[in-house]
Amino acid sequence: MKESARELRPASIHRIRLFGHVYEREQVTTAAILMAPVLVAVFMLFILPVVQVVYYSFTNMTTSKRGTFVGIENFKYLLGDTKFFKAIGNTALFAVLKLIFDTGLALIIALMLDSHIPMRKFLRSTYFAPVVVPVVASSLIWIWFFDPDVGPLNLILQGLGLEPLLWLNGKSTALASILIFSVWKGIGYNVMLFLTGLQNIPDSYIEASKVDGATWWQSLIKIKLPLLRPITNFIVMIGIINTFKVFAEIDVMTPTGGPGYSTAMIVTYIYEQAFTRGKMGRACAASIVLFIIIFVLTQIQGKMNASKTVDYD
Amino acid sequence: MENTRAALVKTAEIKPRRKKYNIPIFVILMLGAVAMIFPFVWMILSSFKTTSDIYTYPPKWLPSTFNWQNYSAVFKLIPFARYYVNSIYTSVMQTFIQIALSIFGAYAIVFLDFPGRRKITTLIRTTMFVPMVVTLIPMYLIMNSLQDTYAGIILPQVFSAFTIFLILSFFESIPRDLCDSAKLDGCGYFKIMFHVVIPNAKSSISTAAMFAFLGHWKSYTWPLIITNKDKYRTLPIGMKYLVAESSKEYQVMMAASVMAIMPVLILFVLFEKQLVKSITLTGMKS
Repeated sequence: MKESARELRPASIHRIRLFGHVYEREQVTTAAILMAPVLVAVFMLFILPVVQVVYYSFTNMTTSKRGTFVGIENFKYLLGDTKFFKAIGNTALFAVLKLIFDTGLALIIALMLDSHIPMRKFLRSTYFAPVVVPVVASSLIWIWFFDPDVGPLNLILQGLGLEPLLWLNGKSTALASILIFSVWKGIGYNVMLFLTGLQNIPDSYIEASKVDGATWWQSLIKIKLPLLRPITNFIVMIGIINTFKVFAEIDVMTPTGGPGYSTAMIVTYIYEQAFTRGKMGRACAASIVLFIIIFVLTQIQGKMNASKTVDYD
Repeated sequence: MENTRAALVKTAEIKPRRKKYNIPIFVILMLGAVAMIFPFVWMILSSFKTTSDIYTYPPKWLPSTFNWQNYSAVFKLIPFARYYVNSIYTSVMQTFIQIALSIFGAYAIVFLDFPGRRKITTLIRTTMFVPMVVTLIPMYLIMNSLQDTYAGIILPQVFSAFTIFLILSFFESIPRDLCDSAKLDGCGYFKIMFHVVIPNAKSSISTAAMFAFLGHWKSYTWPLIITNKDKYRTLPIGMKYLVAESSKEYQVMMAASVMAIMPVLILFVLFEKQLVKSITLTGMKS
């Protein structure tokens, strides 16, 4: 009895033809209802603002007036603005240094965590802890650490008989200070990714290489690193995007661009143009430049790695 | 192949015990761990210190007496309770809407056949290439009328392609047979979603939700732009102003930080395993 009911059911399905294909009507209507809010969000939060940011970048819009079309005037202004280039330079320098530390150091820590040690889980959590802590709250701790007068870091330096530093207040040390904070804050994430990658490498590969007489170093270079490549890709890509977007810790630790504009990032510049000076059009032009930089970098990164992926299976 | 699979599963957890512990590496890692955790220890200890404890030389490790004054000082200096409630409310709402949207989208993409399915998936994927900082200004202008409202804080942050694809990957691991048999029993597609798919991915969805919540809790740039009045400021923004307000009273800043970190710390301790899993999962998926 039940069997026959099952056989009957398919016949009762309503089918419709759309764009040359046959669909089940109920599936299409359900999908339409479910997808509608998603598509509205995509339109309102991505498509519309992206179109607008492009359009506004060619206008002299400010906070108070709609603005008129001014062609590439905003981009010309940016090209002539030393502050803009300073911000790009700072961001690039920060990104390169952070990527080097974040990737290199994280790999070393992950390799160490992957060796045979006690309390591995505890250690792993410790390195990961700063990642989950909100960035502003942890910035406050480090503002104190970096205080030239009463900060623990200078007290340590003095204790060691070294010259105290100006840290966040010094033109030459501010960016480095934020870099220290940033590496402390973010490295655990990469450690975790590398560690998972290392633990997913089958023991048999390493055992086989040992049988063949490979040293630890050789198995690292020839087996582990190539197999970690997809993860390294991901880390570098996310790293580039995130460092070019960096703002919160910069704005909290060194408001308005830091001493001599030395910690101003591209986003700091955009924020300043838009919300301090009200130059919306110009800020949009800077946003477009930022987008192009991120896009080009991730494309280069993707191209470089597409040809080098290995698969031992 | 079968052996490799088994090894892959096993190596992650069980390593042969016959080897001796590598003590030098352990020591290095311990030193590093101390450096990682030191700021938090310092923060907690200092939140109980008095002003004179802070400004003595040589610096004191432990507070002279455990006093809670700094904690009450935070509430006097800034409307901290208000910020806290704002942060909880907006983060929870953002997470809720974000997860609902992601479940809807992911369910439709994985389980339903409809025209434009591929194209929509690609469109959603493309949004990942546009970081919010790029669209900040038009977003601000679009949301201008919602300045200093909760809706203004919440709405622009409810969509994440990342979460959609995370949940999509959970859904893909649900056996199709489950849905098919529910269908044969006469369930509609909505019913299948609510009664078959969601319950089967419950733990994964809650991981994604926690992930989203943590992101919203620390969210900075957007709430900074869209709020002017104290009444609607969230915790991170309030804390930025605390730095100026407290004028180097670090012990007060530390008390505020402790309180801001608390919910995160609780989540981290309770759900560390899921957190780590979801992070590594998102890393692998790329």
